[in-house]
Amino acid sequence: MTAERTFALPEGLPRPVPEPDGLSNPYWEGANRGELWIQRCGSCRAWQWGPEWICHECLSFDVDWERVEGRGRIYSWERVWHPVHPALKDAGPYVAVLVELPEAGNVRMIGNLLGDPRQEVRIGAPVEAVFERHDDATPPYTLVQWRTS
Amino acid sequence: MTLSTRTLRAKVVVAGIGETTYYKHGKSPDPEFKLALMAILRACEDAGIGPREIDGFASYSNDRNDPSRLAAALGLPELRFSNMQWGGGGGGGAAAVANAAAAVATGIANCVVVFRALAQGQFARFGLGAQAATVSGEPAFTFPYGVMSPGQRYAMRAMRFMHEHGVKQEALRAIALASYHHAQANPRAVMHGRPLTAEMYDASRWIVEPFRLFDCCLENDGAAALILVPAERARDLRRPPVYLLGAAQGSEHRNAAPVHNAPLYGTSSFTTVAPNLYAMAGVEPKDVRVVQSYENFTGGVLMSLVEHGFFKAEEANDFLVPENLIAPTGPLPLNTSGGNLAECYMHGLELQLEAVRQVRGESSSQVPGADVSMVCSGPMVTPVSSLIFGSAATI
Repeated sequence: MTAERTFALPEGLPRPVPEPDGLSNPYWEGANRGELWIQRCGSCRAWQWGPEWICHECLSFDVDWERVEGRGRIYSWERVWHPVHPALKDAGPYVAVLVELPEAGNVRMIGNLLGDPRQEVRIGAPVEAVFERHDDATPPYTLVQWRTS
Repeated sequence: MTLSTRTLRAKVVVAGIGETTYYKHGKSPDPEFKLALMAILRACEDAGIGPREIDGFASYSNDRNDPSRLAAALGLPELRFSNMQWGGGGGGGAAAVANAAAAVATGIANCVVVFRALAQGQFARFGLGAQAATVSGEPAFTFPYGVMSPGQRYAMRAMRFMHEHGVKQEALRAIALASYHHAQANPRAVMHGRPLTAEMYDASRWIVEPFRLFDCCLENDGAAALILVPAERARDLRRPPVYLLGAAQGSEHRNAAPVHNAPLYGTSSFTTVAPNLYAMAGVEPKDVRVVQSYENFTGGVLMSLVEHGFFKAEEANDFLVPENLIAPTGPLPLNTSGGNLAECYMHGLELQLEAVRQVRGESSSQVPGADVSMVCSGPMVTPVSSLIFGSAATI
């Protein structure tokens, strides 16, 4: 099989579903529309990620959401060789990156770096978000991946 | 010196230590609860204390062996203290000792056992990723990207720290070599008789960069225990008393900010804990003769040693060479039993036992004059904890 790999990682990994309390719903709903939404305090305007029910800066419960462009830079990274999940057997190596978003107070997000999994990765390199749709999943979801820009 | 009136310094002693045979994971012939009982009874025997004197238990990382069941099984006259340290996995090791010591020092209990038991054949292994079909909450932002095991979580931190300070792979290698070197002198060690060379390290496979196979802890079956009593009993004990000089736990500002958003990211989580530890113990880094530093991954040991003030991050490449870390001659003998890498992954409680042996002068890689002996538990998690033991000469 030489079918082109549609997803950064094989299917079969745990699928993300919004938690019962709905805390991160705006993020997942936005991703399904190809948009990146981050928490931002409606009171003091501090950015916050991952989502929480309270602003860690001013302790306001008025935590809002704001759409960002999805441009960042690599803050840290790792190349994974050893599979810790059956779906990852023979899938390695792959690269996971921690991306900081200067446009959103330098909050950080985890994703995969697209392209050659053996590529040289440079901390500080600019990256942009790529929306990886899993429309056939139940329920459908979208992962936010990154490629160098 | 407001701390001086509220301190654990020299109020509690370790009366005894004990452990079962250490097995490869899944190889214990005994179930986990029986392993816990065996380790506790051996610690009693070592201490010369009757098991019925025990009146409390402390553990960490959601140990499955409930103190009430232990108390019933052992026929204890009464149970006065049943304590679990929240969170942090192996980071709770020194904290569990401190919690037990606090109970003993304040009269909540008189004779408390700190224990940890693992039979990973009977239960699930640590190193596997989540097997559930769906995830929500924080894992939903990492697991679908293949960042799901402890190694994958913490390689990201170590990589950033190494980048910020120019630390080379050889520094991590020295930590692994020291553990394996010491294990060769320790007949309890799972890796006894299986030495590691620099060439073997360099040729070993990557697990997750920057961690090779030998940068990662083992997974094992077994149990370990130590017994704490008030310092007033020190003179009556069978063994040389080992005093708790100080202990601290916790982590920095927003260390657990979700999805790797800790403001101080390249850290083993000890930057605020270590100063509290030294303040209570009344010692400085230069006084510490031997260190047991929890190796979940060598990158965490690197950061732990920096944050406990033994050298600066920029000095890591020069300091972290095997000859500096090996007993008896190295300036900072490290993980002298073989630790989590090569003695046994008893979730770091084996490190506490080894620190006690050093103060007693009984280690298989003894450091001369090890009157001040430190343990750092569980780098990069939160909360972490560390403690310092001292001999009678330090009191």
